[in-house]
Amino acid sequence: MGGRMVDFGGWDMPVQYPAGTIEEHLRTRNHAGLFDVSHMGEIDVRGADAIAFVNRLTSNDVRKLVDGQAQYSALTTPQGTVIDDLLVYRLAEDHLLLVVNASTTEKDWEWIESHYAGESVELNNVSSDYCQLAVQGPDAQAILQTLTDLPLSEIKYYHFTRGTVDGIEGIVSRTGYTGEDGFEVYAPADRAEQLWNKILEVGQTGTPTGVLPCGLAARNTLRLEAGLSLYGHEIDETTTLLEANLGWICKLDKGDFIGREPLARQKEEGVKRKLVGFEVTERGIARDDQEVVVAGQRVGKVTSGSPAPFLKKNIGFAYLPVEFANVGQQVEIDVRGRLVGAQLVKAPFYKRTK
Amino acid sequence: MANVPEDLHYSKDHEWVRVDGDQAIVGITDYAQNSLGDVVYVELPKAQDEFAANEAFGSVESVKAVSEVFSPVTGVVVRINESLADEPESVNSDPYGEGWMIRIKMSNSGEVDSLLTAAEYEDFTKAESE
Repeated sequence: MGGRMVDFGGWDMPVQYPAGTIEEHLRTRNHAGLFDVSHMGEIDVRGADAIAFVNRLTSNDVRKLVDGQAQYSALTTPQGTVIDDLLVYRLAEDHLLLVVNASTTEKDWEWIESHYAGESVELNNVSSDYCQLAVQGPDAQAILQTLTDLPLSEIKYYHFTRGTVDGIEGIVSRTGYTGEDGFEVYAPADRAEQLWNKILEVGQTGTPTGVLPCGLAARNTLRLEAGLSLYGHEIDETTTLLEANLGWICKLDKGDFIGREPLARQKEEGVKRKLVGFEVTERGIARDDQEVVVAGQRVGKVTSGSPAPFLKKNIGFAYLPVEFANVGQQVEIDVRGRLVGAQLVKAPFYKRTK
Repeated sequence: MANVPEDLHYSKDHEWVRVDGDQAIVGITDYAQNSLGDVVYVELPKAQDEFAANEAFGSVESVKAVSEVFSPVTGVVVRINESLADEPESVNSDPYGEGWMIRIKMSNSGEVDSLLTAAEYEDFTKAESE
């Protein structure tokens, strides 16, 4: 494929394919992009207590799920900070699949195993059994539909179904990390290449409006424009869900879960700092870890900063004390010694029109 | 395969130099622009700024990364390529032409002799990408 490779959490991953990050990003917004995200981890939870067990370890309410539905959630520490963000898939009342980040899979697995308290569940780290391909963009459904009899238009957002794609048994889920409509397909690991090539073929890759293979760099710029957090950047074990604006996956009234108490207290007292989106208003590009300055004071740090290829702006996220964390607030970013003006804006930066 | 014009001099930091009398025109190589990816921002010095050989004179940013660019020779900047402010992508599309960065009046034109020839640079990039 001629992708430029980089080590990512122990995986050799393409940063970009020959079309380049900007083209990959725009093609995904306008037509379709294909992402190999097989590095993501999968943890299988089976048994009569599957829902109760996962509900105790995660912040969202697993009991709200029906068969064939997925949920964005987080594994939380006793302090209410984030061990990982994840998707919880309900395959059956006694069968959940947790999809976690690549770099945290081992940590998550140890954490989950160590919190087993005699419930009737069987846990399996099945990460190496699965490949995961994401087809994203307005043309994603049409492309994938040519490879399956599953009625894709009937799959609602954050729902999934099991069936075959190009004859391969798997899970087809209307989820993604780009801000576009699209699907994530989970299939046996040894079928990744077949599926990848087939999707490129039916998606008419190589034509100006065909599907483009996309690397990690485009995955990052797409998720950033869409205002989605990336573990290790916006969220980690030093940030609480509330500080990260993830209160919506914090179901404090669902009953006890790890980290519930400090989160409830923080909700009552209010957070002291908050994740905010910004747009650079002068020439320059803010980058990860650069400091944010307000009235000469260094008050926060950029968690993700990058050019936004679709918006044609330079954007980012930063943590700021709540007194400065308001839309419209003017700040400066220390870009390698040069103070560059920026303004806090509402996230997501990009929202698809339909 | 990266394009390496015969008539230029090259640095190990992937800049090229075109000698024009006692002045040097400097940019980054095809190999460098290809490794960087889409260039979205170029930061250049001002005319009259002075640089020693191997000193950073600016930076080139792609979507993903920032790279400093170094002056292969000692001298005073006489002109910068102002069009890169609006068209940084010239660095990708025409690295040895429209994508030039600065023009320097050299204080010691002998310095270019210590730079790599096209053939040497080609060997250097091959070794680096292995």
